[in-house]
Amino acid sequence: MPEPQQQPGHATPVLEAVDLHVEIPLPIGHLQAVRGVSLSVGAGESVGLVGESGCGKSITLRALLGLLPVPARVTGGALLLDGVDVLGMPERRRQRALTDAMSMVFQDSLTALNPVMRVGDQIAEVPRRRLGMSKSMAHARAIDLMDQVGIPDPEQRYRAYPHQLSGGMRQRVCIAIAMSTEPRVMLADEPTTALDVTIQAQVLAVIDKLRVERQLGLVLVSHDLAVVSQTCSRIYVMYAGRVVESGGSAPLLATPEHPYTDALLRSVPDPDAVVARLASIPGQPPTLVDVPRGCAFAPRCTYAADVCTAEASPPELEQVRAAEPHTTACLRHDDIDLSASAEDALALEKEAR
Amino acid sequence: MTSIPAPIPTVTADAPRQSRPGRNYTLYVGLTLFALIVLAAIFAPLLTSADPLQQNLLQARLAPGSSGHLLGTDDLGRDVLSRILFGARIDLKVGVLAVLIPLVVGSMLGLLCGWWGRWFDTIVMRLVDIVVAFPFYVLVIALVFALGQGTRSIYIAISAVGWVAYCRIVRGQVLVAKEQEYALAARASGLPTWRILVRHLLPNVILQAIVYAMSDIVLSILAIVTLSYLGLGVAPPTPEWGSMIAEGQNSLLTQWYLATIPGLCVVVVGLALALIADGLVNQFNKR
Repeated sequence: MPEPQQQPGHATPVLEAVDLHVEIPLPIGHLQAVRGVSLSVGAGESVGLVGESGCGKSITLRALLGLLPVPARVTGGALLLDGVDVLGMPERRRQRALTDAMSMVFQDSLTALNPVMRVGDQIAEVPRRRLGMSKSMAHARAIDLMDQVGIPDPEQRYRAYPHQLSGGMRQRVCIAIAMSTEPRVMLADEPTTALDVTIQAQVLAVIDKLRVERQLGLVLVSHDLAVVSQTCSRIYVMYAGRVVESGGSAPLLATPEHPYTDALLRSVPDPDAVVARLASIPGQPPTLVDVPRGCAFAPRCTYAADVCTAEASPPELEQVRAAEPHTTACLRHDDIDLSASAEDALALEKEAR
Repeated sequence: MTSIPAPIPTVTADAPRQSRPGRNYTLYVGLTLFALIVLAAIFAPLLTSADPLQQNLLQARLAPGSSGHLLGTDDLGRDVLSRILFGARIDLKVGVLAVLIPLVVGSMLGLLCGWWGRWFDTIVMRLVDIVVAFPFYVLVIALVFALGQGTRSIYIAISAVGWVAYCRIVRGQVLVAKEQEYALAARASGLPTWRILVRHLLPNVILQAIVYAMSDIVLSILAIVTLSYLGLGVAPPTPEWGSMIAEGQNSLLTQWYLATIPGLCVVVVGLALALIADGLVNQFNKR
C-alpha cells in the first residue's frame, strides 16, 4: 500500500482515504469503479483529482461523502477523518461524521438547487435545522454567507428562486450552502465546468478565498487541467479507477512521470502552437467489469512493453525524484523519457503538416 | 487569487426576474368556472325557492322555461333546477373527497416507495399491481356492494382503488428526483431524512399528482354518477346527478332534457377542472 504523501505544513490530513475500493454489482458482473485509491487532504490544502470521463473521479468523491448511488458500495480500504477510521462506524454515526466534516459542490448549479425553494431558505436550512439556530439567526447567517461568496445585494437575492439567478450566482449559492455546514473539507465535482470562462475564474477565486480564510481543505475534481493547475497545490491523476500519478501540481504538469499524464497533457489544445490536428489518446479506457491484467493503460500506451502486463495485479505507485513527493504507477518510468517524446511528437506533427 | 474580483456588471444588474403575472387565462377561467359551480352548490337554498324533494304530480313533466320552473320538472313534478343545485352539493363533495384521500395516501406511499425502495417498495408495488389488474368498476362495485349503499361507502371504495395511480406517479417522480443533485446536496448537508422528503422532494414531485387529481375528480364524479345509475350510489329521492340521468333515461324520447341537463353539468365540471389542470401545468412550467 502506498504511503499517502503529505505536503510540509499539513502534518495531519483532515481527510485521508487509504486503498479505497468501490464496486458496483451489475447483471454482467461486478464493476470495479474504484480500485484502491489513496488520497489525503490537509487543512487549507487544495488537491485536484483529474482524469477522463469514467475514470472514477466522481464516484471516489461520492464514496468520500458516503453518498454512493444505490447498488454501489465501498468494498475495501479505510476512510480517516483526523486519523480516525469512519468506515467501521454504524451507518448513522458514520454519515453524521462525514457530513459534519465535508460538504459538496456540484457541477450543474441548476439541478443542485431545489427549484421550488427560495435560495436564501436553502442556505439558511442547515444552520436552522442542523445547527439549531433561531429563524432570525439563520437568516442573518445566510445573508452573511451570501455576502462572503460575493453575491451582491444578498437581502434581495435571498428571496429569489434558483431559475431567477444567473449560472455564476447560482454556483455561488451552492458554495454558500456547502459552507453553511461549516465543513473542514469541501468536495467540488467539476464546479466550474458549466460556467463560462470569466465566471469560472470568479467562482474559483471565491473557493480559493474560503480555503485560505477558513483553512478549508479542498478536493477539486475536474478534467480541466488549467483549472486544476491554477487552484491545486497537489494533483492526483486517475485512470481506470486507480491513481496512476500524484505529486505537486507544478512539477507534475511540467514533467509528468506517467505516460497517461503525458498523453493527457498533450491533448490539451495550445493556442500558440499551430498544429494540424490535436493529439488524442487512441483507444478507450477499459470497462472495469473485466479488470485488465497489469497496467490498465498498457493497451493505449506508446511505451507499453511485456513487463507492463506481466503481473496480474496493477502496478503500485512508486516514489520518484527523492526531493519531492512525486509518485507514479508506471513500471517503465526509469526506462522512458517523456520529455524527449514530447519533442518527438511535436516534430512529427510539424512533419505531418 | 485570494480576493474576489468585483462581479461583472451584467451579473449584478439582473435583478430576480419576476414571472409575468396575469397571463394564465386557462387557470383563471377554470378556477372561476369551478368557483361558480361550488358557490352555486353552497348557496343552493338562496338560488331556488323550490324544495328539491317536493313532488307535485299535477305539475309533472313541465318543459324548461315554464313559469316558476326554469329547467322544468321531472316525472314526479320535482323542480329540476333545484335538484341540479342540491345534487351538485353531493356530487362535488364526494368527487373531491374521493380524490383527496387517495391523493394524500397514494402520494405518501409513493414517496416512501421511491425513496426507500427495497422490500417496502416491492410489497406496495405488488399491491398496486393487484389493484390495477382488476377493472376499476369491478372493484368499486364489489366494495360498495360489500360496504352497503351510501356516500361513505363510495369514499372508501374509490379511495381503496384510486390511491394506486398517485402512488405510481409519485414513486416514478421520486426515483428521478432523488438522483438529482439537489437531493444529493440535501443529503450531503446531513439534513434529516423526513426533512429531505417533505421539504425538498415532495414539492418537486407533487405537481404531477395534483394535475392528475384534477382529471380524477371528474372520473370520481362519473363513478358516483355511474354507481347511482346502477342503483348502488346515493339512495333516492336524494337529488344527485347520476340518479337524475338514470331516471331521465326512461323519458329520453319525450323529455330529452331530463337526462341531458345533469349530463351537461358533469361536462361543465369536467371542463372547469381540465382547465385548472392545464393552467397549473402552464403556471409551474414557467419556472
